[in-house]
Amino acid sequence: MFELLTETFVTALLFGAVTAGVPLLLAGIGEQISEKAGVLNIGLEGMMLVGAYTGFCAAYYFDSFWLGFLFGGLGGVSVAMLMVLFCVILGLNQIVIGIALTLGADGLTALLHHFQFSRTYPRLSAVEPLIIPIIGDIPYVGEVLFHRHPVVYLSIALVVVLVWLFKRTYIGLNLQAAGDVPAALDVTGVSVRSTRTWAVIATGFLAGVGGAFLANIGAGIFVPHMIHGAGFIGIVLAMLARGHPTWVLYGAGLFGISLSLTTALQVAGFNIPTDVVQMLPFTMVIFMLILLGRNSYLPAALTLPYIRGER
Amino acid sequence: MHRTSAIELRGISKFFPGVIANKDITLNIYAGEIHALLGENGAGKSTLISILAGLHQPDAGTIVIEGMERQLGSPRDSLLSGIGTVFQHVLLAPTLSVIENLMLGGSWRNKLDKEASLSRFNELCSLLAVTIDPEALVGSLSLGQRQQVEIMRALWRGGERVLILDEPTSMLTPQGVVELGHVMKRLRENGVAIVFVTHKLREAYELCDRISVLRNGAFVGQINPDARSNMGEKETIDEIIRMMFDKGGQIDHDADHGGIDATVKSVLGGAQSGPNSLIAKEVSTSALPGECGLSDVSFKVANGEIFGIAGIDGNGQKHLAEVLVGQRDLTFGQIELDGEDITALKASQRRERGFRYLTDDRVGEGIISDHSIATNLVVKSIGEDPYWRYGFTMWRAIFAFARRQIERYDIRTPSERTPIGRLSGGNIQKALFAREIDEEAAIVVLNKPTYGLDLQNIESARDRIREGASRGITTVLISTELEELIDLADRIGVMYQGRMVGVVQAEAGSESRIGSLMTGASLN
Amino acid sequence: MRSQEIKVLRVSELARPAIRIIAPIILALVVGGLILVILGKDPLAYYWYVVKRGLLSWTGFQATLVRAAPLLFVAAGLIVAFRAGIWNLGVDGQFLLAAVLVAAVGSPLNMVIPNWAMIVICFVLAAATGAIWSLIPAYLKANHGINEIITTLMMTFIGISLANVLIKIPFNDPETTVPQTVTLAVEDRLPRMFDTIIHHGVLLGLIAVLFVHFLMTRTSFGLRLQVVGANPRAAIHAGLNVRLLTYVAFGLSAALAGMGGAVEILGVWGTVRADWNPAYGLLVVPLVFLARFHGIGTIAFVLFFAVLMIGGESASRRLGVPTFYVLVLVGLLLMFLAIVEYLDHRWRRATS
Repeated sequence: MFELLTETFVTALLFGAVTAGVPLLLAGIGEQISEKAGVLNIGLEGMMLVGAYTGFCAAYYFDSFWLGFLFGGLGGVSVAMLMVLFCVILGLNQIVIGIALTLGADGLTALLHHFQFSRTYPRLSAVEPLIIPIIGDIPYVGEVLFHRHPVVYLSIALVVVLVWLFKRTYIGLNLQAAGDVPAALDVTGVSVRSTRTWAVIATGFLAGVGGAFLANIGAGIFVPHMIHGAGFIGIVLAMLARGHPTWVLYGAGLFGISLSLTTALQVAGFNIPTDVVQMLPFTMVIFMLILLGRNSYLPAALTLPYIRGER
Repeated sequence: MHRTSAIELRGISKFFPGVIANKDITLNIYAGEIHALLGENGAGKSTLISILAGLHQPDAGTIVIEGMERQLGSPRDSLLSGIGTVFQHVLLAPTLSVIENLMLGGSWRNKLDKEASLSRFNELCSLLAVTIDPEALVGSLSLGQRQQVEIMRALWRGGERVLILDEPTSMLTPQGVVELGHVMKRLRENGVAIVFVTHKLREAYELCDRISVLRNGAFVGQINPDARSNMGEKETIDEIIRMMFDKGGQIDHDADHGGIDATVKSVLGGAQSGPNSLIAKEVSTSALPGECGLSDVSFKVANGEIFGIAGIDGNGQKHLAEVLVGQRDLTFGQIELDGEDITALKASQRRERGFRYLTDDRVGEGIISDHSIATNLVVKSIGEDPYWRYGFTMWRAIFAFARRQIERYDIRTPSERTPIGRLSGGNIQKALFAREIDEEAAIVVLNKPTYGLDLQNIESARDRIREGASRGITTVLISTELEELIDLADRIGVMYQGRMVGVVQAEAGSESRIGSLMTGASLN
Repeated sequence: MRSQEIKVLRVSELARPAIRIIAPIILALVVGGLILVILGKDPLAYYWYVVKRGLLSWTGFQATLVRAAPLLFVAAGLIVAFRAGIWNLGVDGQFLLAAVLVAAVGSPLNMVIPNWAMIVICFVLAAATGAIWSLIPAYLKANHGINEIITTLMMTFIGISLANVLIKIPFNDPETTVPQTVTLAVEDRLPRMFDTIIHHGVLLGLIAVLFVHFLMTRTSFGLRLQVVGANPRAAIHAGLNVRLLTYVAFGLSAALAGMGGAVEILGVWGTVRADWNPAYGLLVVPLVFLARFHGIGTIAFVLFFAVLMIGGESASRRLGVPTFYVLVLVGLLLMFLAIVEYLDHRWRRATS
């Protein structure tokens, strides 16, 4: 068994894990912010898809990864705005709208891709990593964690920032109140509507960046349906993480490892079927749910639209 | 006496679809005065309050605060104008701590400043003379404590100028009401204008300086402090009743007079000497945080008796009701019906034996809002004859039955197929009464059956209860209105912190005894 | 003046339900059409072609009906779930696993028992597979209150992978180059009707939807499920066994989805290839919502959607509008449905 743990294998595994995990992390964190505020965002996958598309286009046409991420985020925000309009302002059913946005975004990005790139299938050149000196030289993890594009560092830093925000600022307090008993927040003069709006927009931006990461750095190309369930995994992560951003980080890491396990195993010469490996993270989660069997902590007002002064 | 006016309402009107909630209301609220806003349910008090709190905007009229016309377009505007509101239903986030709830309202730019908040918290604690743990989660507090936190919250941000209390005493013991009175007087000395919204005449008289009466959305009259000090209690109350109902002073409103209708009592007479039909022995239940479970509750109810359950809301009444009808399992003890142990019977089985349960949570539990009145009337007997044959639903028969019930119980509705959620609260309650007190009802548990109803419906509800008892229905009546219990019940058991701390004969003058039991004071 | 007012009201009372259904469709088609225009395609030509191909041509119409068969079963399953207040988003996993098992079991079974018996057993097996696959989410919801959206989604992900593993390893047909199950011969599949390619599965699908509609609206069982779905607390108050009913609702919904898988294999393909996943589940969700869970309405919308799919597939070859466009239309449909519902609700409040 220990022959498995060669440096090449571990490095390949962890490297792939980070590549696969970052979009999950961003999506999960984004979803967590929305859910905290009481909005169940099933459209997350749609936001990632649009982010992947706009991010890819920007990176391709402007020849800049940073612009790619920016436009990816904006792409996600555009879908989020629809979510805000329909669910936060008009109070329509969040789940139905979420499914609609995901399906629509899936079709739209695939459609646009068909008309734009299906003949050429352009690829992006590999990204220039930002190497952090000294710690970047640690065997095994050095290359994995510290020879990456800055977005990776920023994503992990985001988790830390969020933990602080949730605990020590009004942002965290308002989000939690909006998701628990929104009227309690509203009567203190803080608008539930704008709290939720900003939460959903933040989700859209993060999901969009996650999608752009998947396309530009993970794959180097945009392909229809390429998010392949990462958005839904993000929803799962957020629901299981009980409001703690660090748990999303761990979950994203775990999922990332299992997603990258197939390729790593193949590199190491093992031939376990991809499908078995892909089942692993979900099966693990289901087992945990059955064993631990407690009510997943979900904000009381989740999916319930808030209408001021409703009788 | 010249008083400065804190708020002037001029010609305030508000319309909702199909309802005129406020009609051209003009009145002044003065600083340093406790001003009662009195009216029965549906008179328009809540709407006026929500306008002052910034939740709704008036369709006509102006609000003048300290000489300047103001628009209260949002709760923030209301707070900025110095108006703090304590709503009837507690608006606190259960998953946040007390201090976090109080800190809510800061701009997202600010960092949380716990120190400053804690010191303000302690200030208010001493002003109100209460002790609460600031770090406790609101979800774990009792209802009375939550209300105290609510009052603190209103004072925290807004209430320097005006404090509005919307029906604050529903959760309080008689002593608690007295304490609230002290708090209000303290605030009054500090120049705060207090608006005290209530439908209870007695309270308005005892606690307030000025009494304004609303009826059908309009302002119909006022008793100012001078007049009040000149008239005696009975005169004042008669005058108020006249304003509220435009009838002569001889209204026998048991609700606020505490009088007992002797004729009715005699109809019931002798109920106590009959055999004991319902017995609870050492019943205990387990409770989640925020709930109150039962501890070792024992009592007996005679056949055909009306057994009242008194107590502050949240002292185990809910669990008691649920345990009796089988909706909740007990962790210890027994329930007996006519000598037979029925503890193991589920709710549907008990229903077959004649148990009926009118829940206090009408909309959340009692009805299915989107389904028709007809469906709701039969929802507790799905699958049974005569409306189901071999599992098939006989809709025509059900609709015909519903039409009969609607007519019989005077339920105001466009049709029997109307979704029940569209009906007014009073009509929903009529439907629930129709469902629960039917021909085969033998033991009926009623949880706050008249809460939130307007006076007419309260009367008919009480009539229905009396009528059921006269037919021999054994009734357990849970209520937070002492006058109601004394009027209707034969004996009253008092709940305190999940225990039945005493059983008292229901007669005039037992209020103080019951009141002290409600606080756990005397346990003999 | 008065009688005219009343007359207008009468007409609008009738027109309202029709508008509530037609309006989202028209709006979706219009906005979708605009997108086509932006992409340089003629929407009217596209729509006309779809209708011509999917509905008006005889071969196309047959293909439409055949495509509708599995969709109808999935729709029936969703009707049960949604009316019972359960978000069974795991229909795709239930569908796929059932299809794989039927494909694996069909051929060998057909060699030892009469054909009709094999078909019956396969349907039963498919129903059981689907139901079993819903047990875990049902348990987690009924006993622990865990939100079924994530659990059913996860079961779908697991199911898709599991299906592939089954196809590639135990059920693999060694004689084919591409991993797939042993193919059930055409003559052993569901019999066709008259001289068409329309197999009996289409009839079964129609029966399934109608049966489910009747079950939910006219039986005590159905009413119990609806009560649980509309207000679980009131269901407890009414003495219903919410836990048991949750399991049953899940099981029934999943069984129907599974049978959809069976009908697709037994009626059309006879085999399952690795990585095959038509993912009908999410696509049928908006149709069931549009029909407001009503049986006849669902059938109408499923047929409408089948026309769109068949016509759209053909159009992608002929007109260069890829089938992704159908996805866009579905998304738009759902959105406009929600908006129209909202406006209707507001209009109703304003006039009551």
